[in-house]
Amino acid sequence: MNVAVCVKQIPDPAGELALDPGKHTLVREGKLILDDSDAYGVEMALQLVESAGGGDVILVSMAPHGETSGLRTALAMGAARAVLASDPLLAGSDALGTAKVLAAAVKRVEPDLVIAATESTDGYTGTTPIQLAELLGWPAVSFAKHVEIADGTLKVQRQTEAGYDEVTCPLPAVVTVTAGVVEPRYPSFKGIMAARSKTVEELTVSDLGVDPAQVGEAGARQEVVSVQPADERKAGEIVVDEGDAHERVVAFLEQIKVL
Amino acid sequence: MDKIWVLAEQQEASPLGTVLELLSAARGLAAAVEAVTYGTGASAAASVLGEYGATKVFDAGDLGDSLPGPRVAAAIAGLVESQGAPDALLVAATYDGRDIAARLSARIDRPVLTNVVGLEADDGSIVSEHAIFGGAQVLRARFTGDGPGIFVVRAKSFAAEPSGGSEPEVVPIDLPDTGATDAARIVERHVEERSGPQLDEAPVVVSGGRGLGAAEAYAMIEELAKLLKGAPGASRAIVDAGWVPYSHQVGQTGKTVKPTVYIACAISGATQHMVGMKGSKNIIAINKDQDAPIFSIADLGVVGDVHKVLPKLIEAVKAHS
Ligand SMILES: Cc1cc2nc3c(=O)[nH]c(=O)nc-3n(C[C@H](O)[C@H](O)[C@H](O)COP(=O)(O)OP(=O)(O)OC[C@H]3O[C@@H](n4cnc5c(N)ncnc54)[C@H](O)[C@@H]3O)c2cc1C
Ligand SMILES: Nc1ncnc2c1ncn2[C@@H]1O[C@H](COP(=O)(O)O)[C@@H](O)[C@H]1O
Repeated sequence: MNVAVCVKQIPDPAGELALDPGKHTLVREGKLILDDSDAYGVEMALQLVESAGGGDVILVSMAPHGETSGLRTALAMGAARAVLASDPLLAGSDALGTAKVLAAAVKRVEPDLVIAATESTDGYTGTTPIQLAELLGWPAVSFAKHVEIADGTLKVQRQTEAGYDEVTCPLPAVVTVTAGVVEPRYPSFKGIMAARSKTVEELTVSDLGVDPAQVGEAGARQEVVSVQPADERKAGEIVVDEGDAHERVVAFLEQIKVL
Repeated sequence: MDKIWVLAEQQEASPLGTVLELLSAARGLAAAVEAVTYGTGASAAASVLGEYGATKVFDAGDLGDSLPGPRVAAAIAGLVESQGAPDALLVAATYDGRDIAARLSARIDRPVLTNVVGLEADDGSIVSEHAIFGGAQVLRARFTGDGPGIFVVRAKSFAAEPSGGSEPEVVPIDLPDTGATDAARIVERHVEERSGPQLDEAPVVVSGGRGLGAAEAYAMIEELAKLLKGAPGASRAIVDAGWVPYSHQVGQTGKTVKPTVYIACAISGATQHMVGMKGSKNIIAINKDQDAPIFSIADLGVVGDVHKVLPKLIEAVKAHS
């Protein structure tokens, strides 16, 4: 069984995030890392392939400028190879444009299952994987907190407002996983060394047969009008607990008539 | 603006609170507001939807054990074809709402704007507001291509105000072919036991984070919440760790809460947590790190150890009468 995992490479969220003042898009200079949210998908895929007794985990990613550092992390975890859609034409793509590119890449890989995260850390639209499923004409199960495959059928515990639903689904399908579905492994030294020689196949928009008018800025039919500071909440009183801070909390609760 | 559709997701045969908020907002933006619903309770829901301004309710009917995404998206796509596109479709940001919006977007080839927290009419188009960087900045965006613009809106972005509208006409809609996309089946539904007020409606929310140190310490959060007639909440860190169910999560991927008071205990205040609770009327934070970001938005910040402060606070609240 082959599993494709959509992995996004993003600017380090621990660093300073900034918007390009002209284009209002996130500044993506410097090294990109594997989105933490996607590490869960990679781990899930590795475990599913292991328990299926064979097959490969193949990474699928889109980035405008040939970045591979995030892919190397996932390859070091154990993925077999990667397909990277990379083309300057892709800069400024919205979620639907991204899904179109990922769909073209997934079609070349022909996996039994595609795994993605419920949402990315930097874009967090949460729509890309389901748009991808619709473009492929596949079923999808979003918000999976537990995933199993038995007799070629996917069994998922899907998060709901009330609790969770047990959902079954034939393959091929798209699944989005929440953080917490599995515990991602750390790449071993051996894994890191092995990752260096694994294949990252880079494909342009024309290699993928995608219409350039549908992707990148050209295809994004939305624009940023303005970015302004929000009305900020201000920090209020700070007390250092010396054994009696609870009294101040009680007084505050009385003042706002909660007590 | 001529017409806006609101996707009316239901829970236990009544429309979600967010749906009523969206209908209220839509009335201020467009001349006509219509709802699209699905599930078994359409006729029961219709009068409520009418009260909040829907003049017509399109009903995709019972979905049986299908996931809503493929079928409802197909139904709306069919409706766009037969009725013409509205200026916008407003969708509540829920698990199913996001799936429906995403499927519809790909099906009719229109983009989606997600994480919307405000909408305003501007020169014949709709401008959406998005809280970015944990709510520190507001980004405004709009669609440039053909409609309908699909907006996925976060809960509590607008006030729900009835318009006193009358019972709307309920119009059944056909389900176009969904091909293989509708192959997933719900085989069992698990409902978590709940007591006390709902997290997103409670006037008091007491939330715990990773700094509690262990799952057992969450009992303090539950006890304090109960004493204050509120609901216990959580950061994602302790949901992922399996200490509490996902339904407790506050933040970007969890609930949006706006209680009278939010008490954050041993929560650092990551941007993704803050977008879910920043709208609270009052915020109290207890954290042992005086540089924790949560203090920058707290009305009352206590620099201290939750294991010392909370037990005393619980006793003091018990003694209070
Ligand atoms: C795409 C995406 C979506 C996300 N969505 C959400 C979401 O919806 N909700 C959410 O909450 N997070 C979300 N997160 C995660 C978020 O980024 C943080 O990782 C998370 O909120 C941290 O939880 P925490 O504050 O409990 O833990 P930490 O950040 O580890 O903070 C623990 C805090 O406890 C304090 N502490 C430790 N011991 C004590 C003590 N004895 N007494 C008092 N204080 C103590 C520490 O000083 C620290 O500030 C999301 C992340 C991503 C990438
Ligand atoms: N550029 C991309 N390359 C690969 N996967 C992506 C990309 N964008 C989104 N995804 C996948 O879709 C998920 C949801 O992303 P988003 O729609 O941005 O919230 C991500 O966590 C990834 O799994």
